[in-house]
Amino acid sequence: MAEKKTALKVENVGMRFNLSSEKVDSLKEYFIKFVKKELHYHEFWALKDVSFEVKKGEHLGIVGLNGAGKSTLLKVIAGVLKPTEGSVKTVGKIVPLLELGAGFDKQYTGAENIYLYGALLGYTKEFIDKKFKEIVEFSELGEFINVPVKNYSSGMRARLGFSIATVVRPEILILDEVLSVGDAQFKKKSEKKIRSMFEGGVTVLFVSHSLEQVKRLCDKAILLEHGNIIAKGDVEDVAAIYAAKLEKKRNAKRKKEKKIERELETEARKAKEQRK
Amino acid sequence: MKKYIANFMKYKYLLSELVKKDIKLKYRRSKLGILWTLLEPLLTMIVLSLVFSELRGNADRTFPVYILTGRLLYSYFSNGTKVAARSIRSHSSMMRKVYIPKYMYPLSSILSNFIIFLISLIVLVGVSLVLRIKITLHVLEGIYPLVLLFLLTLGVGLILATLEVFFRDLEYLWGVVLMIIMYCSAIFYPADMLKGNKSIILDLNPLYALIKNFRNAVLYGIGPDYGALAYAGTFSIIALIIGVIAFYKKQDEFILNL
Repeated sequence: MAEKKTALKVENVGMRFNLSSEKVDSLKEYFIKFVKKELHYHEFWALKDVSFEVKKGEHLGIVGLNGAGKSTLLKVIAGVLKPTEGSVKTVGKIVPLLELGAGFDKQYTGAENIYLYGALLGYTKEFIDKKFKEIVEFSELGEFINVPVKNYSSGMRARLGFSIATVVRPEILILDEVLSVGDAQFKKKSEKKIRSMFEGGVTVLFVSHSLEQVKRLCDKAILLEHGNIIAKGDVEDVAAIYAAKLEKKRNAKRKKEKKIERELETEARKAKEQRK
Repeated sequence: MKKYIANFMKYKYLLSELVKKDIKLKYRRSKLGILWTLLEPLLTMIVLSLVFSELRGNADRTFPVYILTGRLLYSYFSNGTKVAARSIRSHSSMMRKVYIPKYMYPLSSILSNFIIFLISLIVLVGVSLVLRIKITLHVLEGIYPLVLLFLLTLGVGLILATLEVFFRDLEYLWGVVLMIIMYCSAIFYPADMLKGNKSIILDLNPLYALIKNFRNAVLYGIGPDYGALAYAGTFSIIALIIGVIAFYKKQDEFILNL
């Protein structure tokens, strides 16, 4: 078997945030704190030493509990955040389906926003001209396309965002649980669209809480915990580890709940006895 | 360097979209729309000329043009630097979600203001014709101060945009500084009113150097004051270099501080 080309290479990526206990954002405060030497920061590593490689055409699932660093990782890959250390190399056009319609201007109409958002995603004017009709049709907005976006419902906004973002054929597709856009009808349509994008050897990064979805869509996976990769490889193996972790967490939670309940009970009993 | 130019070319269309958006939205909900660009300086000019020529009791026919030239250039500098200072903060939600080169935000807002400024120069043409100012070939030399004004605004704008991310109250401080600059630019009083060593205020002010050269070209019909032009040019280039370096060094931290 011939070696497949690398589409994405993440090397020793670390992302540090400075969490200051109070936000210092005025000159006066900064000066006072500086003089008093009270400028402390609390360091927090959202990602630490994360390395992995995705070959062209592979579908990689990223799983982990809340706060494990999944979204931070996607933002680093999409170029929104610059990693504190390490590097990310990508080959080909990335389309991040994160927070659809984040670049919309509320006072602009839908039609104007197609051009603005398209430009933000790096499309050319000719390309948008050509695809304009297709976008409007897919979004099912009809006449509303000439109404300012501030009057849209959140569903309409998401539909328009989805339609603009998916009109290209990307080489790398980043999905952050967006398979749930709009009503049931549109959901079906968008899943179909995403699946059609899967054909033709696109590389996919997929983030989800739902293990089932990850298993259905991906063939490789990584598991993040506190910003570290604790498992990577075949999706079934990683899913098994993650499932075990979830189970353990659930058990621990149940135990804790039981303990609290028992304590409450004993306290209540004591109180009752005292009243007698 | 090549890399940066290639990246700029890739986002050229986005820049034009952002500029278009700024201009379109500015006048969207007003009845007179873009006409305000012309009306506003015209009205202020009338008020200022009435007030200040009455006060001084002189009957200089060209005084409105004197005021208008100063005011137009100053208000571009003032508006341009103010929007640039706010540009990073006001686009923070966009910045958090999509990657685009960050200089696009201040650059697009300064550019859109520059275009509005150029449109407002129509008023100057109109008023000059009405007051029968003699127009000579020197008028073409008015381009120098305009180009330098753009570079100066861009440089100062980039410095402010960078600082504003970290210190939010800079906006108010800058408002005060702008007021001082306004009074030191000889906009509505004749420059020769400041005599002796007081005139150094004007000599040191790069914005006044530009206004002076612009007046030479369009009002007096004489050649540029090369000394003042060179001073303003040097000042602008230095501001631009500092602005670019500061912005470039700090841009990756913007998102962490918004």
